[in-house]
Amino acid sequence: MAATQRPDLTQASAAELAAGMAAGEVSAREVVDAHLERIAVVDGVDARGPVWSAKTAGRLDADEPHAFLAVTAEAARDHADDIDRRRAAGERLGPLAGVPLALKDVLTMRGAPTTCGSRMLEGWIPPYDATVTRKLREADLVVLGKTNMDEFAMGSSTENSAFGDTRNPWDLDRVPGGSSGGSAAAVAGMLAPLAIGTDTGGSIRQPAALTGLVGAKPTYGTVSRYGLVAFASSLDQAGPFARTVGDAAALQSAIQAHDPRDSTSVSDVVPDLGLQLQDGIAGLRIGVVRELQGEGFEPGVEAVFQASLERLTALGAEIVEVSLPTAPVGLAAYYLIAPSEASSNLARFDGVRYGLRVDAPTAEEMNAATRAAGFGAEVKRRIMIGTHALSSGYYDAYYLQASKIRTLIADDFRAAFAQVDVLVSPTSPTVAFDLGEKTDDPLAMYLNDVATVPASLAGIPALSLPAGLAEAPGAPGSALPVGLQIMAPLLRDDLMYRVAWAFEQATGFDPRPSGPRAIHLDVEVAR
Amino acid sequence: MDLSTDEVRHVARLARLALTDDEVAELAPQLSSILGYAEQVGDLAADDVEPTTHPFALTDVMRPDEARPSLTAAQVLAGAPAVEQDRFAVPRIVAEEG
Repeated sequence: MAATQRPDLTQASAAELAAGMAAGEVSAREVVDAHLERIAVVDGVDARGPVWSAKTAGRLDADEPHAFLAVTAEAARDHADDIDRRRAAGERLGPLAGVPLALKDVLTMRGAPTTCGSRMLEGWIPPYDATVTRKLREADLVVLGKTNMDEFAMGSSTENSAFGDTRNPWDLDRVPGGSSGGSAAAVAGMLAPLAIGTDTGGSIRQPAALTGLVGAKPTYGTVSRYGLVAFASSLDQAGPFARTVGDAAALQSAIQAHDPRDSTSVSDVVPDLGLQLQDGIAGLRIGVVRELQGEGFEPGVEAVFQASLERLTALGAEIVEVSLPTAPVGLAAYYLIAPSEASSNLARFDGVRYGLRVDAPTAEEMNAATRAAGFGAEVKRRIMIGTHALSSGYYDAYYLQASKIRTLIADDFRAAFAQVDVLVSPTSPTVAFDLGEKTDDPLAMYLNDVATVPASLAGIPALSLPAGLAEAPGAPGSALPVGLQIMAPLLRDDLMYRVAWAFEQATGFDPRPSGPRAIHLDVEVAR
Repeated sequence: MDLSTDEVRHVARLARLALTDDEVAELAPQLSSILGYAEQVGDLAADDVEPTTHPFALTDVMRPDEARPSLTAAQVLAGAPAVEQDRFAVPRIVAEEG
């Protein structure tokens, strides 16, 4: 394999790559090879065989982001060759044909391992494609591999993976956020122009904010959950990571569709996300959520947020302060509802049908021993919270009350959207924090999700995009990405993207990581 | 609320998790702190508020009851830890008489 990297290809947007391939300036194979080469050089994988595996946790280098758990190199090259052949034969291809992307390891893909970042599923090869995976293939997007994640998507830092931490390409000693940290690191580190993540309480938006990316949680039910290994079924939603708003909108358009295989898939027609993307926001009313700022938010994050409001005003939008009175209790409700659903969903990991089994004399002992060995600490913690919250005598006080809070939050959003077109807040109260900084205090880690869970509980679409850089507390001179969250009414993902596009044009954020501990963008390594 | 180690063991039994004594000792204060934080949901939700379990009020739809292609038994069993006679094999479930 050539040892020279192609930054012209790995730093290009999906739209630029697609245009280049459509014009015949570059082949899908060249684009895929350029990304595989960069992954082989910088990510810490054993680049041999049809499926490359990531190095084991103990052998990873502190300069390696460890975005990928498995790289499906041979399948990606074959798919690219097939696209090039069909293009040469004059076949009409989709708008993103030949663009490579990374897939979070919680979505199944036939013939490749799906681990969900857990020992429980180590070595499991699913016999079917998730609907998202099938839609990607139908759109001729080329899957490069499966990305690291917090075990079963439970976490906000990707430090709960059984296969080692993922590192933030902006500062390799900091977390990329989570749980979709591998997908975020892949796109921020220029290992892929696009990635799919999943968001239950912020698991796309928060890592997007911490790595300087655009990341969107679509309206609940617009992207099929078939083949998405369930964490909290009433909240889980797959969505895009990209370095531009246009790329994110294009990827979300490619994966959203009604699916009879998902009983909560909405059958309403979702507006075309590209149609009014560039219409601007003059005259729109934008609500600032009073409860999602102030205490608990870092000064640097608040300063970037205030500057963002001025930018939106300059674009012709009217800024209005609105209240979501129940939002502060959203986090408490979320940390009852999500673990409750998880405790039910993860009951399927019983050592019988797939994954790990630890032998024991009786079925119940086998179940308990298997689950004790297969699940990590955070997954056990959430199963315990959920089991307790659903258990006899506690259900009314915990799960039922939390479900009522969910109603109040949805009512709050309805009232707010009667006054304004979209809502904004900081995505995360902090910039990327140090690896290991919050692993000893589960509740402190949960507080990262305070601004993202309200939209999750209401099911509304929400997106994070880069708003600027801020200094991390205790790290003078540091400059780390800050995200702006945009929330829109149910099924108004188009409006959310329109605001994001206008903001992006006015911001001019450079997505290339910079700083003393940033990932190298121009390494040429002879191997 | 504070969870005792006995209560943690009871929940672990319900959840089919064979926790070690160290894990039980670590989880008791952690779960107490998380549940203590979560208890604030009780302060706001009045009796007359309807619970929400899903963002959309979806109603069940029926489809024709017809045979469609599916995975083969071999494909489904390929990922199982133990298989006998084309079935999932499990240890004894019902206690022996005696």
